[in-house]
Amino acid sequence: MNNEYKHIPAEKFAFVNEGEKLTDKQFDDKPIGYFKDAWIRFRKNKASVIATVIIVCIILFAFLAPLFETRYDHRFMDTYYSKKGPRSLALYDLGVNGSMDRDFSEKGLIMALAVGIGAEDWDDHDATLAEGLESKYQPMLEIGEGIVTLDALKKEKTTYPGKVDTYLEVGFLYRSIEQSEYQKIVDFQEETGIQVLYPLVENNEYTPDPNNANYWYKMIKNQPVVTDANGDWDYIYYSDLQEGVALEDNYKRDADGNIKYYEYTGGGTAETAQYKIRVLYYNYYQYLNGFEPSYLFGTDSQGYDLMLRLAGAIQLSLFVAVCVCCINFVIGALYGSTEGYYGGVIDLTMERISDILAGVPFIVVATLFQIHLAAKVGAIPSLLFAFVLTGWIGTASRVRTQFYRFKNQEFVMAARTLGASDTRIIWKHIFPNSLGTIITSVALAIPSVIFSESMLSYLGIVKLGTADQTSVGTLLSDASGIWTNYPHLMIVPAITISLLMICFNLFGNGLRDAFNPSLRGVED
Amino acid sequence: MAKYVVKRLVLMLFTLFVITTICFMLIRILPRELPTDKVLQQVILDRWEALGYNEPLLTQYWIYLRNIFTELDFGTSWYISFRTPALDVLTSRILPTVMVNLGSLLVAIPIGLLTGCFAAIKKNSWIDSCISTLVIVFISVPSYVYAFLVQYFLYFKLDLIPVTVYSLADAGGSWFTWKMLYSMIGPIIALSFGEIAGLCRFTRAELTETLTSDYMLLARTKGLTRAQATIRHALKNAMVPILPMIIGSFISIMSGSMIIEKIFAIPGVGQLYIMSINLFDYDIFMLDTIFYTFIGLLGGIVTDLSYGFIDPRIRMGER
Repeated sequence: MNNEYKHIPAEKFAFVNEGEKLTDKQFDDKPIGYFKDAWIRFRKNKASVIATVIIVCIILFAFLAPLFETRYDHRFMDTYYSKKGPRSLALYDLGVNGSMDRDFSEKGLIMALAVGIGAEDWDDHDATLAEGLESKYQPMLEIGEGIVTLDALKKEKTTYPGKVDTYLEVGFLYRSIEQSEYQKIVDFQEETGIQVLYPLVENNEYTPDPNNANYWYKMIKNQPVVTDANGDWDYIYYSDLQEGVALEDNYKRDADGNIKYYEYTGGGTAETAQYKIRVLYYNYYQYLNGFEPSYLFGTDSQGYDLMLRLAGAIQLSLFVAVCVCCINFVIGALYGSTEGYYGGVIDLTMERISDILAGVPFIVVATLFQIHLAAKVGAIPSLLFAFVLTGWIGTASRVRTQFYRFKNQEFVMAARTLGASDTRIIWKHIFPNSLGTIITSVALAIPSVIFSESMLSYLGIVKLGTADQTSVGTLLSDASGIWTNYPHLMIVPAITISLLMICFNLFGNGLRDAFNPSLRGVED
Repeated sequence: MAKYVVKRLVLMLFTLFVITTICFMLIRILPRELPTDKVLQQVILDRWEALGYNEPLLTQYWIYLRNIFTELDFGTSWYISFRTPALDVLTSRILPTVMVNLGSLLVAIPIGLLTGCFAAIKKNSWIDSCISTLVIVFISVPSYVYAFLVQYFLYFKLDLIPVTVYSLADAGGSWFTWKMLYSMIGPIIALSFGEIAGLCRFTRAELTETLTSDYMLLARTKGLTRAQATIRHALKNAMVPILPMIIGSFISIMSGSMIIEKIFAIPGVGQLYIMSINLFDYDIFMLDTIFYTFIGLLGGIVTDLSYGFIDPRIRMGER
């Protein structure tokens, strides 16, 4: 040993790095945590990303559509324009014109054509077919060549395949209004040049149905006729109309031969006197609302705008799904972690309880909740209760499995040795490990909630259709009897719910693969 | 094994008992609707009095249980089918439900298994991704959308099938006529899509797992061709979880699909359930509830037990 260094004075010592802080070297790259890792993996899954984008689009649609539709709100309805197809003024020439392909008998064709002719004939100048076809209010958009067939009685029958604008096809209607209203309509006509009032029709032997305002021309046995001064009449046919013969009007006239646009039907003072008028409904609608009828998705079976109803239905579905998933997440996490952490008798008892609850068919739960609670707390809350009663069981059992996996591992032991309380161990140490599984199961529960909700409302067990709100299932069940004639009633909600289901499933699968890469491709 | 079976059965009966009790209480306290006809009203009220419907709830439940165990009497239908035993009403409706669901299962099993195997063998090829994408789509789309598609294309456009299932009288008085089977094609197809997709997904998942396991490597090493190894080893092992699932779905065919029964007007169990709610026929509702619960529980048990029968290596009930 060298003794020379025995007595080194203290001042000879100096800190190696005086003035600097002694720390670990900083990592050059950022640390990747569990969630970041999952996010990176999720981003690589193209199908899930696309599905997420579509979900976002649907959500945006559900919340923005009511904001963009400034002309009316979701309570706006018009019974005469119910079940009508999509119609948009901007896209009218692209075929979004509320039209429908239909076969017409000759009488039906003339009746439809007469709407357009009558619309031009408001000043009684004997409008011809050519003029009627030019009219803005002509419901017949296309008329095909007549096809001659033999009917059951071996009689020749001609049918004309045609395309008809179902909005204009409504044609004329009788309305009963107050006298002051009449004056307003006249003012509106002068201001805008839109003809609302049309001549009243005489109730005589030439009209088959005095309540149908579309029969403004003279008919015998539903076939248009022309009369002469002697009272003799002669049938006219579609071919005659094509040659320029005009339909003979059956307008109500006063003693001087002037046509009448209104008729006094009763009531006392000048203000409250009731007038009967005949209106072209398309224009009357404009008078009432200030805009032309155009519904991008058409109207539903009651006459609401299908787009706004659908947006409301999606909002409802999402609201129910998100609520149910949040509640199930909380209950499932609490229940599962208690079972899993404590084990033993507690686990056994709690498992039995959840076994029993899981055994009750969901449809029975939903029905009982509806019958018992719907009148007290409303249909949607009782639906939520039904979902919550059994919905958390799956989540709880997943959490329980995770707790069994982790509760005996070293890091838990270490925490316990250091004196951490049960609550701390559960929530700080074990629970975060099971978070990925829970998120996945919750995300995959969304589509099944949406499906169950639509199924229950379709079956009529849960009644969600009100003036304010509707659900996809209700829309579908309203359409169920009549949708072969009005396909859009079925197609629009069916596509929406299918898209929602597909996208949420893909989204959930992507989440599962991202959180648990070892499960990739394995479906449970 | 026997001990395990008994244990499961006892547990099942216990669960069934608890659920029945709760549902009975909840259903019996519901307000009952009476018909407007005064004579009929009095008849029903007298019958209810005689049957003890005005006793305290627990006494009513005791009477209900006693009648079930002594006479197999589950109550009476008052509205759907006047004064017919509820059990008769239910049993007369099981057959149509079973026929439709069995039909769809028989269609779905071969197609689902084949496509699933095919996708697993061609794993990660374009065929596999095609099948997998279709499976996601078919599983996600709700069954009533298929029903509408089937009705639209096969009935409305092509006019191949009737729009709803024929009634018993139309089909010649029996469920087993060709005409009846023909009218059931629609609901069978509508139900099959989802089942095919579910089975295909499950088969693919199981088979890909067995195809990548070590014994497959051994089988190839000892000289088996790929086809031989797949059929003799991979497929056999993959079947261990697949078969119980199929067996379980055979049990659940009895409960059927309410929505399909409603759309195609099948006079089955699901339709009965909806009718019993709408007409306040609570004895039927109660019986239907027991029936659904029982089928659900039984399906679970049969699935679990069949694991043990199919693969003797799996010892049931051991920890």
